[in-house]
Amino acid sequence: MDWGALHTILGGVNKHSTSIGKIWLTVLFIFRIMILVVAAERVWGDEQDDFICNTLQPGCKNVCYDHFFPISHIRLWALQLIFVSTPALLVAMHVAYRRHEKKRQFRKGDQKCEYKDIEEIRKQRFHIEGSLWWTYTSSIFFRLVFEAVFMYAFYFMYDGFRMPRLMKCNAWPCPNTVDCFVSRPTEKTVFTIFMIAVSSICILLNVAELCYLLTKFFLRRSKKAGKPKQHPNHENKEETKQNEMNELISDSCQNTVIGFSS
Amino acid sequence: MSWGFLCDLLSGVNKYATGIGRIWVAVVFIFRLLVYIVAAENIWKYEHDEFECNIKQPGCENVCFDHFFPVSHIRLWALQLIMVFTPSLLVVFHVAYRENREKHRNQKLYKSPGEIDGGLLCTYLISLILKTGFEIVFLILFYKLYNGFEVPRLVRCDVRPCPSTVDCYISKPTEKMIFLYFLVSTSCLCIVLNLSELSYLTFKHSIKCYLKRYIKKRQ
Repeated sequence: MDWGALHTILGGVNKHSTSIGKIWLTVLFIFRIMILVVAAERVWGDEQDDFICNTLQPGCKNVCYDHFFPISHIRLWALQLIFVSTPALLVAMHVAYRRHEKKRQFRKGDQKCEYKDIEEIRKQRFHIEGSLWWTYTSSIFFRLVFEAVFMYAFYFMYDGFRMPRLMKCNAWPCPNTVDCFVSRPTEKTVFTIFMIAVSSICILLNVAELCYLLTKFFLRRSKKAGKPKQHPNHENKEETKQNEMNELISDSCQNTVIGFSS
Repeated sequence: MSWGFLCDLLSGVNKYATGIGRIWVAVVFIFRLLVYIVAAENIWKYEHDEFECNIKQPGCENVCFDHFFPVSHIRLWALQLIMVFTPSLLVVFHVAYRENREKHRNQKLYKSPGEIDGGLLCTYLISLILKTGFEIVFLILFYKLYNGFEVPRLVRCDVRPCPSTVDCYISKPTEKMIFLYFLVSTSCLCIVLNLSELSYLTFKHSIKCYLKRYIKKRQ
């Protein structure tokens, strides 16, 4: 169980996402999780060993490290990524529930059921409408909230996004104000800014997706209100075409995503 | 042999779980196992090396560490995850037994071997009770062993061979405390999910039994 397993779980959700959702997922896996695993973890790997205080007083280094880093950047990012990925599971559960209902209908031999066999139900891609729209929109909303909360927590805990070279510490048992030096401060600052920038991009993508879904919803409503007798198949055909195009785009994107494990 | 093995076993369980059971599996996989592997393990990795006592007396640090951490938090966490996973295997075994019976007798004995009714319902309920029991036992164990869920910065140790009361400093106490609280909250969430699933299944099947009896009486 590692980031690769999360990738497998969320990859299934990808099929039912909008194009912006698919871009968001790609950005999440390549620019955040992959960077975290292959680069950031190495940079922060020796953070306590190489945190050096200008004193021989035993315990002073431990206490100062704990005072300045209540929770390490790397752990905060890992938690942020886990929390931000999980709303997508709401969508996965809703889709699974719909599939289960369709399978039950099929087994009962319901004439309304338009599928030829169970395989077709399993492979079917659901359009984001009805109750699934609400689930999808809530998942985007929660993603936004989690991203914002973690970015704020970061800013609040570390007084900004810069890693200082030197910290002055006078927590007991340090005998007086002691100079403590952080290891690799510039590299850490660079990665912190990079991760914050990518988080901001993800927030923008989520906002764009939310606006897109809301616009689509209101347009659909106004169409229904304005033209109640429009042929239902015409709309569905257009949507199906758009979805097929989205799938083609996402498939080509997916092929460039490299599978990885930590 | 690692967590992957347990994951493979448990993804099989997902097939026979109720809706709440699947949420439980998702919570355990993502908020407990994944957090344990990608974050928590690294915090406790060098806990012994970074445990520092204000003394040069050889052996004092070792003895004090052993006194304050008889079983490390992270090991208890791992044990808790394993113990909480395993009752679900009872369900997997029962379903396998059903499928085997059907194969041997070459006739359909059950509507569907994975449907939760009859004996499988009892097994499922027992597994829920065991899971909840293990969660509660481990939470109590954590509480009793470490006097609450706080990790102090400083502990005072006077075990031999330390010559007097010595100050010992724990590494990353705040970070450890944050993750301990995270562990406790996810355990409590899992207990709530198990109890709701237990009540839901008991209620559903008692209504079913009652209705069957009522219909029989009327006939």
